[in-house]
Amino acid sequence: MSVVIEQPKSPRSRKAANWEKYGWMYMRASGAILLILIFGHLYVNLFVGQGIKGIDFAFVAGKWANPFWKVWDGLMLWLALIHGTNGMRTIANDYAERPMVRKVLNYTLWIVCAALIILGTLVITTFDPCIDPNASTYLPGVCAVK
Amino acid sequence: MANSPAVLEASATPVIEEVPSFNVTLFVRRYNPEDGREPYWQDFDVTVHGTDRVLDALHKIKWELDGSLTFRRSCAHGVCGSDAMRINGRNRLACKTLIKDLNINEPIYVEPIKGLEVEKDLVVDMNPFYQAYRDVQPFLIASDKPAKERLQSPEDRARFDDTTKCILCAACTTSCPVFWTDGQYFGPAAIVNAHRFIFDSRDEAAEVRIDILNDKEGVWRCRTTFNCTEACPRGIQVTKAIMEVKQAILRGRR
Repeated sequence: MSVVIEQPKSPRSRKAANWEKYGWMYMRASGAILLILIFGHLYVNLFVGQGIKGIDFAFVAGKWANPFWKVWDGLMLWLALIHGTNGMRTIANDYAERPMVRKVLNYTLWIVCAALIILGTLVITTFDPCIDPNASTYLPGVCAVK
Repeated sequence: MANSPAVLEASATPVIEEVPSFNVTLFVRRYNPEDGREPYWQDFDVTVHGTDRVLDALHKIKWELDGSLTFRRSCAHGVCGSDAMRINGRNRLACKTLIKDLNINEPIYVEPIKGLEVEKDLVVDMNPFYQAYRDVQPFLIASDKPAKERLQSPEDRARFDDTTKCILCAACTTSCPVFWTDGQYFGPAAIVNAHRFIFDSRDEAAEVRIDILNDKEGVWRCRTTFNCTEACPRGIQVTKAIMEVKQAILRGRR
């Protein structure tokens, strides 16, 4: 005869659902994409053509005339800021021992992150190469004389 | 080797060399909750042999110098996992650490493992550690109740062989900087013991344990610092086991 032994302990009560798994996956995926984006960015800005001497307002305006670079820079902005902020969040969680300190740090991090993303996205999407009154001198085909 | 057959034949009664002895200084972290003093370092000079382990030195102190010194030990042979302590800044079993392997020209520092509340001298409150262990349901869960043993192929057994070696000494969990923060993290030992059942082909509750460890304080708090792997006196590849549990969570199954 076999003895019936019921499960000695009922399952642990579930804590609230959390995003930690997706955070972990995001860090790896965004990290891999950022490697390409950032080194591509550095290569195009610092090595191609005149290199670092070529960077000025016209250089950026020229890049952003092409939707490809707008998407590139926009992706880099979003991925890098969320990646960095999530990394800072884990550091805050690891080092802040008091719950209140942890909460304040985390809220501050995400508010700063959101502000930077909104500002950056605004710049990329609403960029006007002719904002400079002298723009017609170095972008003659694009901007009219003001 | 010195004891070659020729030498043994020459001397009818083999001479056993005397084990060399030497003096060492031990700095032991003392704490007595009843005397109202903050924890402090106390030094002891003892004469030990080349075959002695740190546990033997602690015994010598307790039996000959200061009977109030308090520490845990049971088997004294690295199996029971009672005497994990921080020796010269590293978590080790006092019964497996030969004194001659440490730098005997400098004092040897012995303190309780970190991250758990010290009760007295080298004794800490292990309950939070055991609670995390209990929470991963470290027992076989199977719906069938066979009259004979459950058979398993050697390959299936080998899958989780490494994590069966755990002796619950807490050397890994108390070497983990994430555990030191607030003690909420499940800790390497609990995850190792969950791994032992998650990857056991006879067990049917892998999903349950995966769900438990997909917690805010579960495997995702691991920063792969490898402190646990380095601390494990049984040589378990702890960080690897944690990564395998992470992979299992991503797959949603074993």
